[in-house]
Amino acid sequence: MTLATEVPTKETAKTTRSNKIKYALTVLLFLLPSALPLAYFTIYPMFGALWTSLHKWNLLSPMQWVGLGNYQHLLQDPDTAQALRNTLYYIAGYLPLVYVGGLGLAIALNAAIPFRNFLRGLYFLPVVTSWIVVALVWRWLLNPSVGIVNYVIGLFGVDGPGWWTDPAWAMPSIILASAWKDLGFVMIILLAGLQAIPQDLYEAARIDGASWWARLRHITLPMLSPTTFFVVVISLINGFQVFDQVYAMTGGGPAGASTVVVQQVYDLTFRYSQAGMASALSWLLFLMVLTVTVVQMVGQRKWVNYA
Amino acid sequence: MPETTAAKTRQAVGSWRKKAWKPILLVAVILGACVMFFPFLWTFTTSISPGAGLSATPRLIPENPSWAAYLELFQKTPFARVILNSLGLAIATTALQLITSSMAAYVFSRMPFRGRGVVFAIYLGTMMIPMQVLMVPLFVQMRDLGLVDSYLGVLLPGMAGAFGVFLLRQAMNSVPRELDEAARIDGAGHLRIFAQIILPLVGPSLATLTVFAFMNSWNSFLWPLVILRSEELKTLPLALAGMQGQYTTQWDVMMSGSIISILPMLAIYLFAQKYVIQGVANTGIK
Repeated sequence: MTLATEVPTKETAKTTRSNKIKYALTVLLFLLPSALPLAYFTIYPMFGALWTSLHKWNLLSPMQWVGLGNYQHLLQDPDTAQALRNTLYYIAGYLPLVYVGGLGLAIALNAAIPFRNFLRGLYFLPVVTSWIVVALVWRWLLNPSVGIVNYVIGLFGVDGPGWWTDPAWAMPSIILASAWKDLGFVMIILLAGLQAIPQDLYEAARIDGASWWARLRHITLPMLSPTTFFVVVISLINGFQVFDQVYAMTGGGPAGASTVVVQQVYDLTFRYSQAGMASALSWLLFLMVLTVTVVQMVGQRKWVNYA
Repeated sequence: MPETTAAKTRQAVGSWRKKAWKPILLVAVILGACVMFFPFLWTFTTSISPGAGLSATPRLIPENPSWAAYLELFQKTPFARVILNSLGLAIATTALQLITSSMAAYVFSRMPFRGRGVVFAIYLGTMMIPMQVLMVPLFVQMRDLGLVDSYLGVLLPGMAGAFGVFLLRQAMNSVPRELDEAARIDGAGHLRIFAQIILPLVGPSLATLTVFAFMNSWNSFLWPLVILRSEELKTLPLALAGMQGQYTTQWDVMMSGSIISILPMLAIYLFAQKYVIQGVANTGIK
């Protein structure tokens, strides 16, 4: 910084101005390759969706203004209510599974045990697999008649459930498959959180004779709360957008038992040609995600306990 | 790890339980890992077991293992083409993301201008917008551009992303500014500082972005599903999802397709595990 002042500053006004223009052009050159696509393929269509959501439109004939009609319809529509219920069901089942499982694994694999890195790698493996493959593989594992899971259950003399073919078991099947895929992801995030906890806290507690359980309750969990909060928020955001595994595993069935919001958006657009309605639903989805994000920003300061 | 004498005495006094917990934990974690890995193993076993799913008793080691399902996949479906589609799109997306993100990150790290904070906030804001919200209007935009059912239609919306910009800006901010000062005194302009000084120093973050961009493209489903129609343009996830209708009971064929789809990611993961795990861990710490 001090070096810069030694550089002669006596320049003519003309060169300063041309330098400024050159600087601005350089900024543009560097920024436009990302700014243009983001503006045209993300920001513009986002408002496009808002505009479309206020119309009735079949993707072909001119749009017809309906104001908030689509939103009114959606809020009373039983199909939407069911899709929303299913989405919440998914989140309610998935989140505790991956959090408790991920936390247990993170604590276990943070301890000095042999093969630690190899084991972490194994648990993380499903994360890099695509949702479609996860769905196919689990459809096969959970096949009611010839799947290996029901075969193993059968060895104990119990008849396994119908899994994805049974309305009552379709969502649990999806939750199981999703938790399998994301467990390693949550584990790694929580591991990073665990490693950020100062070791001397544990040392001090041990000197005071605190039990393993007391250390978990009074040091690990409170110190981990920012990470926990992050895991919950990101799971909520991803949970609202759940689609791929549902589409490939059950297609929303049987009889709509596992339809989720995004499936509803997709069907409204490409099956029923109700682009306006679909856009309104997608904006409702966006508002839910936005709420979670804002709650995170505000809440991180208020609720997270660092002590 | 240095232990205090007090803790040491307590441990010595402690019962056998204190010594036993480690082996028990290890066994539990290894059992868990076996359960987690089993689906992969079972997928592979199924893929080399002709007629899997027809017999009532599943076998962990197939009676007559054969690659027939793989052959069928390549002979009866355009699977080679499908793999090339996915590969080409993933490579192109990754290359574009690396270029666009690193250039933008350089500005946000090294080239101040009035309103830069606002622009950066807008970039970050785009991360919150789910693809699902953009699906309908983006499809209409692509239709108007005549890009429905084309590679470009899949590629363009993913060519820039705020995640990469954020990741690389963080990395560039930790590169000492004295380095560019020195280069500037030697007469280097921004292009040269960017390409010859900053980029080589953020290698690990570029590696992380490479892995994530490739993985996201390789695994992406919703947008290709919306934009692609013809069989010969389909990507792996689309082809796999489509096979369900065609090969309802031929589980060996479906599982062989799954194995092929998993392999490249597996290779990249084994090769770049450090970067993948660091990328995920960093998102948590912030």
